[in-house]
This record gives sequence, C-alpha cells and structure tokens, in this order.
Amino acid sequence: MNAAAFSAGSLQVGTVDVVIVGAGHSGLAMSHCLGRRGIDHVVLERGEVANAWRHERWDSLRLLTPNWLTRLPGMAYDGDDPDGYMRRDEVAAFIARYARTSGAPVRTGTTVRAVMADDAGYRVDTDRGRWRCRAVVLASGAFARPSVPRIGASLPGGVAQLTPYQYRNPGQVEAGGVLVVGASATGLQLADELQRAGHPVTLAIGEHVRMPRMYRGRDIQWWMHAAGLLDQRYDALDDLSRARGVASPQLIGSRERAIMDLNALSAGGARLVGRVANVRDGQVQFSGALRNVCALADLKMARLLATIDTWAATHIDDGSLPPAERFDATRLPEKKILGLNLKREGIRTVIWATGFRPDYSWLKLPVLDAKGNIRHNGGVADAPGLYVMGLPFLRRRKSSFIHGAEDDAQDLAGHLAGYLDALSRPGPSRACPASGTRSRSRHGALEADRAVRPRCD
Amino acid sequence: MDAQTQMRVDNGINVEALLGAREALSKMPEAARFNWRATCEWINGTHARSTIDSYFGLGEEQMHRMAHRIDSDHPELFAAEDHGATPVEIVLAGLAGCLTAGIAAVAQNRNIQLRSVKATLEAGMDLQGILGIDSEVRNGFDGVKVIFDIDADATREEIEALVAQSQKRSAVFDIFTNPTDVSVMVS
Repeated sequence: MNAAAFSAGSLQVGTVDVVIVGAGHSGLAMSHCLGRRGIDHVVLERGEVANAWRHERWDSLRLLTPNWLTRLPGMAYDGDDPDGYMRRDEVAAFIARYARTSGAPVRTGTTVRAVMADDAGYRVDTDRGRWRCRAVVLASGAFARPSVPRIGASLPGGVAQLTPYQYRNPGQVEAGGVLVVGASATGLQLADELQRAGHPVTLAIGEHVRMPRMYRGRDIQWWMHAAGLLDQRYDALDDLSRARGVASPQLIGSRERAIMDLNALSAGGARLVGRVANVRDGQVQFSGALRNVCALADLKMARLLATIDTWAATHIDDGSLPPAERFDATRLPEKKILGLNLKREGIRTVIWATGFRPDYSWLKLPVLDAKGNIRHNGGVADAPGLYVMGLPFLRRRKSSFIHGAEDDAQDLAGHLAGYLDALSRPGPSRACPASGTRSRSRHGALEADRAVRPRCD
Repeated sequence: MDAQTQMRVDNGINVEALLGAREALSKMPEAARFNWRATCEWINGTHARSTIDSYFGLGEEQMHRMAHRIDSDHPELFAAEDHGATPVEIVLAGLAGCLTAGIAAVAQNRNIQLRSVKATLEAGMDLQGILGIDSEVRNGFDGVKVIFDIDADATREEIEALVAQSQKRSAVFDIFTNPTDVSVMVS
C-alpha cells in the first residue's frame, strides 16, 4: 500500500457491522448500546471525543439542563452539584470519561470523507482509510454548522460578522455596538454577555420559545421531565416538522438561576427589533411582526405553565409547593425600530445566532430532502441500515438533549440489531430488512444468530 | 376531541380540505407556486377600476367564479369624486380580510365555534410624505392598529392565540411587515 492510496482514502482499514460517525454524546450512547448487544462496531471521530464541546462553543456556555438530568446509558452525573449546569469543558470531560468507562472503540483524528452504498452495505471513506460495514449511524451532530442567512452577504463592509462558533468571548469583539440576530438560547446568552461587557446591544427577534428558569421553586426542566413533556414521542404529534424546527428555549444555566428573557435584556439596555428582513442601502430592515412573535411566545409559555399547574395539582402532594406564578408579558418599546443604518448607529459587529444545521456534505446517499434534511422515521433513515441520532425531536422532545440520547439509542440499537439479524438470515426476507419495526433485543437469540450467519461481503 | 364536538363546530371552513391541500402540496412544491394578478384601468381623475379574474396555481391557469371589480378613488377632501375607497383603505381591507379568514380557519382547526368576528383597523399617515413637503416623512402608514372583537366559545387566552396564529400564517400581514421587492415597468 503506497502513500497515494492511503491519502485517497482507499486503504482498507477494516470491516465491521456498524460504523458510527461522531464521538459526541449521541454516538457514544449508541456505541454503548451496541456494545451491550455484542454488535461489532467502530466510532469514527474527526477530532477528539466531544470535539465540538472542546473547540466549537463559546467560553461561557453551560448546559441548559441541570446536572442531575445529565446522564448517558450506563453513566449518570455523580458530582456534588446536582442542581448546577455544566460548563462546556465539564461537558467535554463528562463525555470523555463516558467514552473511557464504556470502552467505546473510538478512532479519533479520523475525518469521514464519504459514506456510500456498496454491495455489502456501506463504504465509509475517511482520511485514514476505508471501512466497510452493514449499517451506519450518523451521530455527527445536529448543530454542526451555524446557519447564516444569505442577507449576511449584503451587509456593508467594515462590519464584522461572527457565527456563534467563531465567537468565544466579548474580548474578541471590537468596541462599539453589536447586532445579535436571533432570540433562541444562543442569541440571548450572547446578547446578555456582550451587554454586560459594555457593548450597546440590538437584538433582532423572530419566533422564539420563552420559559422561566425556575418555576414554583423548581427548575423548569424538572417540571418538563417529571410531567413527561420531554418524553413526548415524535409519532404522537400533529405537526412534527414544526416541532423539529422549534428554536432552543430562552434559558441560561447559571449559578443565579436567573431568568433569561427579552424583558431581562431590555432592562439591561438592549434594543429589541424584529427579525432581520432585508438590507437596503446600508440599512438593515426589521420585520414589523415583533409584537406578534412576542405575543405567540408569551401565550405559549402561559400554556406550558398551565399544563405544569394541572399536572402538579394531581401529582404533587406537598403543601410547601409555592403557588402558581405568571410572568409579565414581553415589554416592547412604544416606538418600533424598522430599520437601522449600522454605520450611523455605531454597530461594528453582527452575530448570527440564526440556528444550526447538520453537515451531510459527505453523505453520498439519496436520503436528503429538498432542504438538505435527512429523511428518517424516528432516526431510521430512508436507506436500509442507515440511522441518525441526536436531531431535534428525533424520537422524543428530549432527543437533542444529552439525557435524550439514552432512550433513542436503546430504541435504535434494537432496530439496528433486528436489521443485522434479518440480513444474516438467508431467504427473501433479506430484501426488506429496513421496512419493519421489528427489533430483536434478546441477547441470547441475537448472539446465536450472529454465530451462524453467513457473511454478506 | 370526539367526533360529536367536531360536528358541532361549524365556521364554514373545510379544514379537511385545507389539511389535505397542505399534505398534497408539501409533496409537490411546484404546484404550491401561485401567481396572483390584478389589472387596473384609469377612468377619470383619481378614479380607477381594478379587475381580478384569473390567477395561476396548482400548475395551471385558474379563474375566479366571476370577475371581481374594485373601484378606487379619493374623497372630496382631495378634490376628487369619491367613486371608491382610497387605495390605502383597500390595502387595509386586504389585511382585515386576510386576518379574519385566518381566524376562522384556525378556529375551525382548533374546534372553536365563532359567533362573531369584527375587526376595526386604523392606520396613521402623515400627508407631508406623499405631498413631498418633508422628505424625511415616509409615504406609507406610520403604523397600523387592528382591534378584533370576537365572540366565540373560547377563553380569552384561546382567542388571543387564534389572533396570534392568524397573523403568523397571514400573507397580507407578511406583506405589511416585511419588505417586498416591487418592480414597476412600462410595457
């Protein structure tokens, strides 16, 4: 084997049953579940374990979920601050420890260049050679690439533009005004941090999800977890595609357990404007629908709290539970700003907190829809033996949270085992292994099948 | 919701057909591309008559059941003859009609019986703009206020949610609140 062949990715490294792409919490949770079933697999990771947490997140980021909720199959938080929220380096350490204790077969520093079908199943080309496998699990992250609207290209020169992954801390941002575009957890956290560092902040707001950090004395995530809201299933929703597109809730994990909402930001001085609609003659134009997106978020929050109250009334028999709370409606300035000349306003930096997308540029399989999203049914992708993990509302509301990986990985590992099982059985049933919801989860039977099954390659 | 409650609510909206269209069009995005048209002829003074009859949608030419005509003019205060509403009032009527239709559709979908829906609209305008007195003043509205008076079998919160959802899905609300590229040419 010569160096040219090696660099072209054609060096055959190995054959396994399953290749998992990505050693973040999702990929490792799946690895754990496959390992428990004795399924031969490898986890390919472009950088190191928990790479995005180490290298692609801003410094002050903490999880939106409390530590007691941070767990993966076979490992739960065991530190002394169950009500705290992990910093990004603590998340990275937690995931790295998980990789070690679960003995995940991770190949770090291995970038996947292409995944394509071949006669035995799939071929996975990496910068360190080629793998062949029967099944692939895509766990490369729902938030791989910041998504920046095309409008960014029309901004006047001299205005710095940053994505949340380029942004590290306020020290990196030039003195002067900042326009933060986007009002999800990311946009609000960055706006808050920049404002505290002395930057005049303008926040452009589209549809968003408002939530108090604490409700009736408990973390909002406790309520959502306890009342089963996080376990709501993808196949029980009226409008799944809408649910999958919902932005992350306006929350921050902080010691103070402070509320992070538009009222808090504007109290600190931030100017609230509508969604960025257009750029014309150096003027950024904002949608006039700001009132309505705030009304929608206020109404939705009130419905969530009413749901929690109803649940609490029948499930919590505790006289010490504080009474139901309602929060002020979002306060907006009387005079609406519909356009700003960035230069005249002294706005030197624009931060696009406009969401994230997965990166499937290396996926050479016809499974993407017109918008570049993978077609899947609860993580079972639209190609036999192809699975995806960690996407918003993949199988449950909690799917994109760290603790959401456990149930999804269990379910999908079961499906995957059934798929491998069907592949190894001779006969016509082989032809349609991915169509069913069958899952063979009994270890013994699975092992017996594996022992006698003919190889397909 | 059981079938009986579903039967009782009737806002004159065929939700099944709307949901069916949504389902079908999500699979055929090209059929979802519509083209709306109007023609307009000058009559005299500021009086003009718009005619709306054909449009394009579902991949082919379509016709309204009949041609709809809308006269526009200006009031006597403007030294005109008031043969019709002013164009800006017609635009307000467009917003009102769109939001009201949306409320009916959302109410039907949410199983809410409407008894009456009345919208009152107000839009401020400083004439110094269109008269070219002050170039800092814009020609159009400096703001639009819509007040809905709704009588329905629903709580106040449910009614507020209807109104919010209607705005979220309204074409004319979007046209009002976001810039639109407009090209005006001579044939």
